[in-house]
Amino acid sequence: MTMGIIASAADRRLLDDRHGTRAMAWVMAIMLFLTVLAAALGLATLGVAAVLDRQLAGRLTVQVVAPAESVRTREAAAALAALKRLPEVRRAVAVDPAHLAEMLRPWLGTDGADPDLPIPAMMDVDLTQASAATLARVQAVVRAAAPSARVDRQESWLGPVRSVMRMLSGMAGGLVLLMAGATAAVVILAARAGLDTHSDTIAVLHMLGSTDVQVARLFQRRIGLDTLLGGLVGMAAAIGVVLLVGVQLDALGSDLVTGLQLGVRDWVILGCLPIAFAILATLAARLAVLAALRRVL
Amino acid sequence: MANIVQFENVGLRYDTGQETLCDLSFSLSRGAFYFLTGASGAGKTSLLRLLYLSQRPTRGSIRLFGEDAVTLPRARLPGFRRRIGVVFQDFRLVPHLSAFDNIALPLRVSGVPEREVADPVREMLAWVGLSDKTDARPPTLSGGEQQRVAIARAVIGRPEILVADEPTGNVDPDMAERLLHLFDSLNRLGTTVVVATHDFHTLKRIPHAHMMRLDKGRLVDPTGSLRFPPPDTVQ
Repeated sequence: MTMGIIASAADRRLLDDRHGTRAMAWVMAIMLFLTVLAAALGLATLGVAAVLDRQLAGRLTVQVVAPAESVRTREAAAALAALKRLPEVRRAVAVDPAHLAEMLRPWLGTDGADPDLPIPAMMDVDLTQASAATLARVQAVVRAAAPSARVDRQESWLGPVRSVMRMLSGMAGGLVLLMAGATAAVVILAARAGLDTHSDTIAVLHMLGSTDVQVARLFQRRIGLDTLLGGLVGMAAAIGVVLLVGVQLDALGSDLVTGLQLGVRDWVILGCLPIAFAILATLAARLAVLAALRRVL
Repeated sequence: MANIVQFENVGLRYDTGQETLCDLSFSLSRGAFYFLTGASGAGKTSLLRLLYLSQRPTRGSIRLFGEDAVTLPRARLPGFRRRIGVVFQDFRLVPHLSAFDNIALPLRVSGVPEREVADPVREMLAWVGLSDKTDARPPTLSGGEQQRVAIARAVIGRPEILVADEPTGNVDPDMAERLLHLFDSLNRLGTTVVVATHDFHTLKRIPHAHMMRLDKGRLVDPTGSLRFPPPDTVQ
């Protein structure tokens, strides 16, 4: 009986496979299909959260809300000029009032273009760094130039979205761990069932001087191989689903869902899952068989 | 001549019942041939199980190959078992393996490289007269053929002791004669042979064999030759 990772032809013949015992590979295909889907969801939402972090960190919206248009215009110009003078500000641009009116049209209709309606003057601001001290200094400068101005961090608006993404990532990670645990449990049950099925052969092997490790190796190699083969099938199917969903999301044209893209690192992680599960299954089978054999002389 | 097996006051009890084997004290000399006889239920199979380390005694001491087999750590049992060949009454061949693979098992278990397996296995197949049954699986073989495969498997590793439980019980008289001839040949090569049988015709075929008789779990040894085998009766 060979000691290597790959079983010899003679070793493979030792455990009779004629009675449908390779169903294990299909069980593993389903387990890995679900695991890869969960992992893909987790990695994608983690990616979105990271994108949101990068995009929102250091972005501000300045609103000048003075009711009188002349005051509002003067304060907005003063605030913009003050912002552009600050070294902490990378970019400060006024939002075009016409664009603003266009965005408000679904709620206000044509009244959005009424000059008597006091629509705030708005500015988008990008900071060079997103520290609290920088934010406080920018707020102070803006309020000195425009007393009616309000400074909002965009982070505070989309923070809940980022929290949801992080929660989804956590849930997906938990699912992957649960699937790994379920896989180990399935392997242990399969190994025990295999020991029962092959008990006569194992008794003969023991009588001929076979060690527990030699017997365990027969099971662990077969279960590891089944898991790897089934896992590759399951992963291929899951990747097909992930790619299909990606195409559908791209068609939506939403900036947020477009962020649900998997990077190279994510694909590598997904590709490693069948190997990781095969290693897990091999170890679980080895431990289960050795524990069971220790109970016989 | 050195003793290969030594029993001292050995008793064996299954669960909480009566002792199946009681106060067994005897020695087996290296290279000798022994018949173990007794009526059905006398304890022959239990004694053989102790010999091939499938069972530990409830009490007493067993020395095997000069070491205490009762307290032998479990991890060392495989090494000892490789020095013992066993032939079962029900053959215990692996049914989905060919005759070749069944006979090759002890070599593979011992880690013999695959390229060194084929020649000795074919030699054994020829020795037991089954060269034309290399690829046959046990269910397709007759009882006698299966018994010969089991014997070939038991001896291919050149064991120091061969233990056979009723090896002629399922075969016709001609085949029994041939099987005993195989055991005798092996014994002449130096292997200690212990054959359990209740067939008195079998006993006559190996005139130099020693007799051990079990009666209700006790060894009947009126001459004391088993406990202290005289040198002139041992090969």
